[in-house]
Order: sequence, then structure tokens, then C-alpha cells
Amino acid sequence: MIANYGYRDGSGEYYVTIDTDLCIECEGRWCVEACPERLFEIARDDYDDEVATIVASARKLLKERCSGCKPAGGYGSLPCTTACEFGAISHSW
Amino acid sequence: MTEEIQEFWRWSEKNWRAPGLDWRDASVVTAGIDVGSVSSQAVILADGVVFAYHSTRTGSNSPDSAKKALGGATEGTGMTLDDVHYVVGTGYGRVNVPFANRAITEIACHARGANSMIGPTVRTILDMGGQDCKVIRCDEKGKVQNFIMNDKCAAGTGRGMEVIADALGVPIEDIGSRSFDIDDEPPPVSNVCTVFAKSEATALLKAGWSINRVLASYCAAMAERVAGLIDRLGMEPEFFITGGIAKNAGVVRRIERLVGVKAVPLPDDTDLDPQIAGALGAALFAHALYRKEQRAAAAAG
Amino acid sequence: MCRRVVVLRVEVCARARERRGLALAEAGVPATTYRGNRVRRSSDKETGMIVAGIDVGSKNTKIVALRDGEVAVRVTVSSGFDQEESARVGLEKAAAELDIGFDDFAFVAATGVGRKAIAFAGHLLTEVAADARGAAALDPEARTVIDVGADEARAIRVDEGGKVLDFAVNEKCAAGAGAFVEAMSRALEVSLKEFGEISLESTESIPMNAQCTVFAESEVVSLIHSNTAPKDIARAVHDAMAGRVSAMVRRAGVQGAVVIGGGVAHNVGFVQALKDTLGVAELRVLPQPEYLGALGAALAAADKAGDKAGEGARVAGEA
Repeated sequence: MIANYGYRDGSGEYYVTIDTDLCIECEGRWCVEACPERLFEIARDDYDDEVATIVASARKLLKERCSGCKPAGGYGSLPCTTACEFGAISHSW
Repeated sequence: MTEEIQEFWRWSEKNWRAPGLDWRDASVVTAGIDVGSVSSQAVILADGVVFAYHSTRTGSNSPDSAKKALGGATEGTGMTLDDVHYVVGTGYGRVNVPFANRAITEIACHARGANSMIGPTVRTILDMGGQDCKVIRCDEKGKVQNFIMNDKCAAGTGRGMEVIADALGVPIEDIGSRSFDIDDEPPPVSNVCTVFAKSEATALLKAGWSINRVLASYCAAMAERVAGLIDRLGMEPEFFITGGIAKNAGVVRRIERLVGVKAVPLPDDTDLDPQIAGALGAALFAHALYRKEQRAAAAAG
Repeated sequence: MCRRVVVLRVEVCARARERRGLALAEAGVPATTYRGNRVRRSSDKETGMIVAGIDVGSKNTKIVALRDGEVAVRVTVSSGFDQEESARVGLEKAAAELDIGFDDFAFVAATGVGRKAIAFAGHLLTEVAADARGAAALDPEARTVIDVGADEARAIRVDEGGKVLDFAVNEKCAAGAGAFVEAMSRALEVSLKEFGEISLESTESIPMNAQCTVFAESEVVSLIHSNTAPKDIARAVHDAMAGRVSAMVRRAGVQGAVVIGGGVAHNVGFVQALKDTLGVAELRVLPQPEYLGALGAALAAADKAGDKAGEGARVAGEA
């Protein structure tokens, strides 16, 4: 499943996309540790697979919670997308 | 027996029983309960077939709303909670359904419900509710492949539409038809944010626009926004729309125009309602999960 | 396009001449006028060099006039439907206060979201440039400048010379601007001033779930119904907004002395919440914070007027 967590508001579009089919093979679960804001967690999804998700309390706050990794002057690699060996994580902004 | 109370963009109250079906004849009775922000639905399946459903307004707390929805669906049937083998809760209040055996997201439940209502050909589901908007892509079995939702911002939701309707003094149910009663299609309102769009709407009226033209402009903006969500996932027919805004032709027809696909209607011979898609999916999950438990128990001896 | 601008300027000046002196009486817009630190009395025949900065906000238009580099008058008018007309009325009020004519401003610069509507302005500058300029003048130590207005918010990182290094803006979502707090104080039926003050008395921190102004209104109403103390609701609202604004500030970068301008800087509850959320020892509220942008524009106007004078060009009022 391709899960898009986040939102679009007047200021823009803020989605973190997780390809959960890739999570199924993952044993390292590096995303959980890599995120300085602890936005990722591993949970059993509706089809009983253990996959990465964004913690529910952060889903409406991605613009704010991710701001530490995204300075206005531009940013390089993100800890979460870099940590995921399977390339399952991407950001829309 | 169908009772309908028009309630603006909100879900309508509805209560339905399958004629000539007795739940006592069934070996498995399951229920799906969808506690939404505005309305709650319960669907009861007897051996996997819809036996009853009820839709009601969500009250101040989720457990009571869940009870009210299930109570409405079982009323007069002699069924009690003990007769229901498995209950799945879904919707925004899903974790607060006290008697649920399991909570499943409304994303998965809507996909499964739509698959059951329309058939294996449905691939893209748009659910426009009072406080959120979701687009779901699913496979022929109704399993979610891709989804996106927005429940953070009022723009693109029923609530956003209500704010504009209030500001313009137009009853919500009139918006659809009035938005087409214009000479030419105006450009969409430029502000996404509902608060700013409201000021813009007022400014447009001052600038001499007719109320209908402002409504058309807002419906177009809302359609553009929803179409943007659909575009992120990619549109694959068949396309099915559920939720309260599905009844607002002013938005739906403009979405269809933007994505270039017409939404499929429910089959003529069904008594089901698009608003129960989530609860129906939950009830189907409940049926499958109960059967799985039974098989596991049988295998264990 | 060019021709249109020229025509407009001529019209504006003609109208201005006709209406001069009548502006105050005729202005049908709610307006407040502040007298600043006057360098000279208005009876002085020699008026000195007077320039004006106009900040055309979505709600109010603020004007600061400088006489020989010092603030001489501040005016606020409602931006209204015709922004240029409102700005002109405001500028005429400022002129009347200064005992000069509309054409006697040596230079007029405009900033703000509606600045492009001001055809009679000789120079337009962005809100970021205006804020940086104004903050540098008010507090030379300022390195991080925050401006929170009714409909937009900005954070700007500046160097010792007031040069902009980095900035982040929110102008499209009401939840990150003063409109959010205004809507919540309305829901709670208390004045904006009181809303800010009671927030400081709160001892309990309640998280707000809704991140959207429209949804938060319903949440505040349900908090009221569940008998939550108004002071705790006020704090929850300010904390929520401070969270969003501080994320924007962090994007621009927090450095050195942090100052705040914009109308929302008057809200003591918000300022306290933002200070706590940012984790800074001091958050300096700029004097007359709502005039930050207008002041920056006026300073830019003074530069332009100086340049013109230096070039030996005639200093034209309408330029």
C-alpha cells in the first residue's frame, strides 16, 4: 500500500509517503530511530502486516514537525529518507 | 421502510431492513460501525448479506453514537448485542466503539464497502465528509493500494462549504443547483484557506458578482482542490463518490469535469446508500475476521 | 500597462488636490491617528523633508511619515475594498496632521500584500524587506525578526547591517496568523486584549487537536461546553498558534536578539507562549509593533528621497 500521511492547507502540501509493501521486508526499522522528532512507528495495518506509519498525533503537524530538518535556505538529505534502505519514504515538499 | 430527513450537506438519517430476511436463520451475524465526525452508521450482515443499516447524527461522544447507530439498526428485530458474533469499528471515533472486537481504518473499510456496492471494477473512491476528504485507490478485491486524506484543513470539506454558505446566506442544499445558474463559469476563488476564502467571497459580492457566481467560484475551487488530491494518486476508473458532498452536484460535476471521468452511480436495484460504504466495509471485515477466528479455533481442535 | 499607471497617477493627484483638507471629514472609514515624537511643531514654516511609508495589509493600511528621519505621525485606516483610495485617504490624514499638502511628501514607498494597488507610490518593497529595515532601526541588535499580522506571519534572519539572510513566510493559512486568535477570542466571547491577558493566568496546559481555524472554533466551543476555564482555553489557543509560528521561525533560523512586530505582538498571551515555545530567554516586543512594515517602507522612502536630492533631481511629491 502507498500511504500518504499529511495534508494540504492554504500554505501548501505536506505529505510523507510510505510504500508499506517495502516495509514488510524490512527488519532494521531504521526510520523509527532516524527521525529526530520520532514521527515514525511500526504498527499492524488493516491487513495485519507490520509496517511503518506516521504517529497519529503528528499527521496534522508535518509542516511544523519536519521543519527542523528543512531550513528555509534549502536542505540536503533527510534523516528518514536516508535511513530507509528500501527507499520507501518520500516527502512531497 | 425508508425515512429521510434533509439535513443540509450532512448525512441524512436513514433506517433500512432487508425485506423477507430473518437474521435468526443466519449462522454468522456481524456488524460494522462507522463513527464519523458528523454522522454514524451501523450495518448488520447476516451470513455476509446486508440485513439492516442505520444512519444517525454523531452526538457529543463516540461510544454513545456507536450505540445509537447499532441500536437503530437492530430496533424491532429482537437482536441484541450478544447475537452479534463480531463487531468492527471504523471512522474517526473507531477506537471508542466500546463493544467492537477490532478497529479498522475508514480507508480500508471504504474500499471494501465500495467494492461490495459497485463490484470489482471500482478502482478510485472519493469520500467527501463533513471534516475530511479522502481518495482511495483499490484493487479488484477492494484492498487498498494507495490512499491520501486531508482532515487537517476545512477547505475541501463539508464544513468549509458550510462556512461559505452561511456567509452568503444560502441553504446548503441549494448550492449545487444555484452554482450552475450562471452565464459563464467564473474562475475559482483564489484562497484555499476557508477563512480567507470567506473574505474573498464577501469582496466578490461587493465587486458586483451575483451570489450564484460566487457560489460557482467556490464550488470550482473546492472541485479543483479535491481533483488535486485525486491527481496525486492518479485516476483509474471506475470512480465512485461517497460522503455528504456527493449530494452537492455543484462540486461533483466540476470534479468530474476536471478529472475527465464520470462517477459511477449505485446500481438501480440496490437499496444501499453511498453513505454506508464505510460501515458496510467494516461489517464485511467483521465477517471475514470472525470466519478466520472460527477456522483457527477449529484447526486448534 | 505603463500608460495606465501614468493616467492613474494624474487622476489621483487631481483628486487629491480637490479633496485636500476635506479628507478627514469625508473619510467614511474607521480610522485612528497617533501622534508620534514630533521633531518640530506643525506651525513651523520650514517643514523639513517629509516622506511616508504605507503598509497595505489585508485588513488595515498603516502609514508612517518621517520628518528628517524621525517618526512624525502614524495613521491607520481600514484597507477596505479600494486599497488605493484607502491609502490615499490615510496619507491625506497624515498630511493634514503635518500641516502639509498631499503633494508635499518628498517620497512615498509602499509595502504589504496590497502594495501593488498603490499607483502613486514611487517605490514598492516586499514585506520582508520592510520588516528587516524597520526592525534594524528600532532595535539594532535584532537578528531574528518575527512579524505576526492578522492574515500573515513572517520570520526573517538579518545580519548586523539589517541585511536579510533568510526568511520564512505564512500568508495563506489563517491558523498561522492573528486571524486564528481573533476567531478563538470571538468564540470565547472575550475581547482580544482580555484573551491575551487571561492566558497568562492559566496553570493548565491543554493540547488542541484541531490545526485549522474553522475546526478549532468548534473545538473551543466544545471546550467551553465541557466547562474548561476560559484562561486555560486561551492558553491552549496561544500555545497552538505559537507552535506553528515557532516552526516557521526555526525554518528561518533563530539567532541573536529575537524581536517581534505586527499587531499580534500586542497580545501578551501569545508573546509569552511564543517565547516559551521558542525557548529563548528574551523576546523583545518592538514599540508600536503594528507599524513595523510601514516604518520600514518610510525609511526606504527617505533613502530614495535622499538619492533623488543627491542627484539634484526635483523631489516630486507624487513620484
